[in-house]
Amino acid sequence: MRFGTRIRLAALTAVALTLLLSWGCKKQSPVLPASNELSGWEKTSETRSFTPATLSDYIDGGAEQYLKAGFKGVSTSDYKFQGKIEAVADLYVMADANAARTIFEADPDGNAKIIPLGDAARVFTQSVIFRQGPFLVRIVAYQEAPETPQALIQLAQGIEKKLSN
Amino acid sequence: MAVQFPKEAFLSEKQGIGRREFLKVGVAGAVVLGAGDALAFAAAMGTPKSRVVIAKDAMLRGSASTVDASRMTALLDRAMQSSFGTKDALAAWKQLIRPGQVVGLKVNTIAGHGLSTNVTFVEAITERLQQAGIKPYDIVIWDRTGHELERAGFPLSSAAGKVRCIGTDAVGYEQTPEKFGSVSSRLSKILTQTCDVVINLPLLKDHVASGVTLSMKNMYGVIDNPSHYHGGGCNPGVADVNMLPSIRKKVRLTIGDATSACYHGGPEYKPEYLWRANSLIVGSDPVALDFTAWQIIERKRAEAGLKPLEAEGRLPRYIATAADARHQLGTNDPRRITLVEV
Repeated sequence: MRFGTRIRLAALTAVALTLLLSWGCKKQSPVLPASNELSGWEKTSETRSFTPATLSDYIDGGAEQYLKAGFKGVSTSDYKFQGKIEAVADLYVMADANAARTIFEADPDGNAKIIPLGDAARVFTQSVIFRQGPFLVRIVAYQEAPETPQALIQLAQGIEKKLSN
Repeated sequence: MAVQFPKEAFLSEKQGIGRREFLKVGVAGAVVLGAGDALAFAAAMGTPKSRVVIAKDAMLRGSASTVDASRMTALLDRAMQSSFGTKDALAAWKQLIRPGQVVGLKVNTIAGHGLSTNVTFVEAITERLQQAGIKPYDIVIWDRTGHELERAGFPLSSAAGKVRCIGTDAVGYEQTPEKFGSVSSRLSKILTQTCDVVINLPLLKDHVASGVTLSMKNMYGVIDNPSHYHGGGCNPGVADVNMLPSIRKKVRLTIGDATSACYHGGPEYKPEYLWRANSLIVGSDPVALDFTAWQIIERKRAEAGLKPLEAEGRLPRYIATAADARHQLGTNDPRRITLVEV
């Protein structure tokens, strides 16, 4: 393993540990952007967090798939872009990069556009999904508009940047 | 492999003979006894077929992305008239409920407003219920939590003189569990104590664990411990939950919301796998409804180039379990289902 890769993995692990500890303390996720941290994006809800024991409260039977792959925790927040496009950002922390890949690859690409973001990313007209190390980020919008994909990419890039720092 | 309906199972309204007869002995019987007893009732009356109505309006949204309220009401009317074989929709509602009863509308809101029971659809039902003589306060829109209801677009309310909208988290679950087979669960007091009659208003979804969900799986939102029963593809959990006495007694009809439905990735909201089916799926036999839902999802998945559910290890086996001799909640035999498209 190259030195640079090791450094990056160590950094991602540190972020993951910080997130897990923040759940334990019921603090806000340090990764999901606050209002106006990204141009046009407003955070419209408190961040909610779910553990392996409570994941099914959030995604019902969908939890089984995540738990089987190696789920550690998820933070989720609601957002609004320029006052009109509502979105939800989910930040999943999985056991490792393989676990994140398992979930990412469980869904077909369909008509997704592949973009350079994290380790792998897909963009649809109303959603962006990417994985980076043990993290899986899913951002979904409720409204379809011409500016939706680019706005979601902007939010995804903001989260990716925080994961990398 | 998905079982295909034989041709004769798909009848147009004109071909749907026995509509009035069905009204007399099918829906009416099921309504009186509760949907869970529909099959036994139908068999006893010598009418072995369950009726599933799919009402569709390709222009449900007009040129907008949201559902048009007047078209939704018209679609609901058509679905109810066809289901009950009545001349007008109000007559159908009056067969289902009577003034003085408290009518629960069990919606599905866990996935947020992108994939929850459509608000305009529920509003159309509350309007018709009031026209049928139910007082606003006697109509209760409900689900597991107030938070989920609000996120899905249903404002909470307990105000006198208004339609109620409450989560089970506000009133709690019964102390004593009801039991059947693998299931031992405490039921929402909204079901057991507040409501006389419940109309099930689920969504048509692909489901990562159980394959497909429409009617029966929505009852997981009635119990205190749904996460205990997701193993094994929710089999026999779904069938066993639907055998719980209070559910069998009070859930009279399912009006499935397929205005938007998902053919992959459910039950999470993943807009990339949604399609606007612009339909309602109505019936009192929950097994026949879920069997029909399964066929619809398989067809849509094939159109999208996806594998059949069986190839993904997600065959909805709970449907056959619900139809077996131990459960008898309805039929999964396409020869015993009359599918009417209006």
